[in-house]
Amino acid sequence: MSSLTKQQESKKWYLSKIDPFLEHLNSDKNTCVKEFRDLGLEKMNKLDFPTLKDEEWKYTNISPILQHNFEPALLTALQETDEKEVAKHLFKDFDFHKIVFVNGVFNSDLSSLGELPSGVAAGNLRSLIHSHPEIVKEYLNKNSDDDNFFNAMNSACTYDGFALYVPEGKHVEKPFQLLFLNGNSSVKVLSQPRNLLVLGGRSSAKVIASYQGLGSNEYLSNIVTEIYLGEEAVLDFYKVQNESVNAFHINKTQAFQSRGSVFSHYSISFGSKIARNDINSVLKGTNCECNLYGIYLSNEQQHIDNHTFVDHASPNCVSNELYKGILDDESRGVFNGKIMVRKDAQKTNAYQSNKSVLLSGTARIDTKPQLEIYADDVRCTHGATIGQLDETSLFYLRSRGISSEIAKSMLIRAFAFDVIDSVKIPEIREQIHTLIFEHLHREIIKND
Amino acid sequence: MLKIVNLHAEVEGKPILKGINLEINKGEVHAIMGPNGSGKSTLANVLSGNENYQVTEGEIWYEGHNMLDLSPEDRAREGVFLAFQYPVEIPGISNATLLKTAINEIRKHNGMDDISPKDFLAKMREKGQILGMNDLLINRSVNSGFSGGEKKRNEILQLLMLEPKLALLDETDSGLDIDALKIVSTGVNSFRSSENAVLLVTHYQRLLNYIVPDFVHVLSNGKILKSGGKELALKLEDQGYDWINKAELETESV
Ligand SMILES: Nc1ncnc2c1ncn2[C@@H]1O[C@H](COP(=O)(O)OP(=O)(O)O)[C@@H](O)[C@H]1O
Ligand SMILES: [Mg+2]
Repeated sequence: MSSLTKQQESKKWYLSKIDPFLEHLNSDKNTCVKEFRDLGLEKMNKLDFPTLKDEEWKYTNISPILQHNFEPALLTALQETDEKEVAKHLFKDFDFHKIVFVNGVFNSDLSSLGELPSGVAAGNLRSLIHSHPEIVKEYLNKNSDDDNFFNAMNSACTYDGFALYVPEGKHVEKPFQLLFLNGNSSVKVLSQPRNLLVLGGRSSAKVIASYQGLGSNEYLSNIVTEIYLGEEAVLDFYKVQNESVNAFHINKTQAFQSRGSVFSHYSISFGSKIARNDINSVLKGTNCECNLYGIYLSNEQQHIDNHTFVDHASPNCVSNELYKGILDDESRGVFNGKIMVRKDAQKTNAYQSNKSVLLSGTARIDTKPQLEIYADDVRCTHGATIGQLDETSLFYLRSRGISSEIAKSMLIRAFAFDVIDSVKIPEIREQIHTLIFEHLHREIIKND
Repeated sequence: MLKIVNLHAEVEGKPILKGINLEINKGEVHAIMGPNGSGKSTLANVLSGNENYQVTEGEIWYEGHNMLDLSPEDRAREGVFLAFQYPVEIPGISNATLLKTAINEIRKHNGMDDISPKDFLAKMREKGQILGMNDLLINRSVNSGFSGGEKKRNEILQLLMLEPKLALLDETDSGLDIDALKIVSTGVNSFRSSENAVLLVTHYQRLLNYIVPDFVHVLSNGKILKSGGKELALKLEDQGYDWINKAELETESV
């Protein structure tokens, strides 16, 4: 036994949990997703946990995650929660379809879906598997490879998560607000939502997906989200990561874009001890637009790793990427922005920018653009800056009588401004600013 | 109100101010003129407490306090205001937010409650009108995307809103066309009273046609070489700074 490495021990633990998990599924066991689970399990057996030696993981050491044996949520006693708790975590002051998951499992009592356009199926994956097996079979796991052990483990445990199917030409006006409440006070829980979004041609939707923590016990959120956009479909997806301070968050989002589709993804990342976010999109059709915005902030000993991958596979597409990081104390950030322009993807226009501000002398960011360009007629620009809050601006504000603490908050707000301003639901912009200040334990600045 | 005694200051170890003496009383307007690089902005920044500038010798007394003990924000709360030569842009913070925060910080320092939103708005409108600034400009982000002239005008709006006792205006005239210069001067003149004082820093005499100073000082190479009335500015306009530098050389050779 002692000859096993920590990696191998953990792998063994999670593999040993698959059978009890499957036993627990009962009538959900032999549905159309069975073969995906089997494939996931095969991959789990083949893959190992990533280490610093893996190019894709060289800045993120996951060994603190392997210190714990997390228990799949289905095998644990349900974590109680209520409306009051849910309300604390929601963005307010606008109408939305509310869908709540507790440790990755849909909670119908706390959700209120409201009315939807005819033909739209929204709610949880478990229901969609029963109501629309043909959709699930056609799209689940079709665009996303299991890149690492975490992804494979999510596939092997496919059970529930958010599911959305919007048929051709339909528009869902109100945003979906998904709340994933994670954590269990009595067990170290493993929460593995599998989300599937399928938008038909010329359809549109807006989704806010918030991952938030319950209590201070350690837990692991291991998420895979798959997004399929039909021709000229439009999706705005806001991912808010505000897990508890002792939590671990591993996320992969994979989008697939057909001709003329517009995918805008916003990654707003505050929480957890270690967070890894992979946000990928394949621009498969011509004339697609892909916008990736990100704001990440960390303090104390947090570690936030952002990996993005824009895969230009067709001509005449535009991608636009702006990530901003605010890092305090001894925290660490990573930005790795990969852009691939394949041979046929002529007239590609790709833009990427990563800016970071370090609020302390001990915070650190590793930023790396990664361009692979195989076409010759392309425009590709990228840039990265790392700095402190601007001293002249700080003096300017203080010379107006403003304390240095409030002045710093103002400059933090000014730094984050262009990312937050791109959020298309105006009611949540101010709420995001407030979250930023609260997370950094700084004076809250509201704009008049 | 302000008394500067033998002030020496340096930037990054390089001596810039080399023994400034200056006294400003309530109700007075002083102009400091001098060629580029003579230390005018350094003086203005030292007075408002910019920590990039180190005072190595001398004293600054303001309203009976030793001003060198005060942080930039405390100087502002005690009534010192600097209109920047190069105002900074702060995207995402509106002029209104900046001004309301500043006014309330100053009021708190003086034991007063926050200004009511209604009074704030009324004041903002009143002062904006003097400067020909409408609500639109007022609600925009601080100096963000403003033209040079708009930025200078915005500095004067802040001056009128914060109502300091001592206004330091650093090259507020530079980059302004004649119409903008008149508007800005009207703003400054509306601020002047027997209870406050203005220190104008300028390269050109032009501004002094509109804001008439009581005293003019010529700064060169970190020292005040000559002081006089407003006619000194006219002589500088006619003859440039050369005659003063020559005079300085003569003094030094004595
Ligand atoms: N922040 C700074 N860093 C380095 N040198 C400076 C700085 N500010 C001013 N100086 C130098 O100090 C001298 C005086 O500058 P300044 O006070 O700006 O003159 P003025 O406003 O009269 O044109 C110049 O030689 C300038 O290069
Ligand atoms: Mg200057």
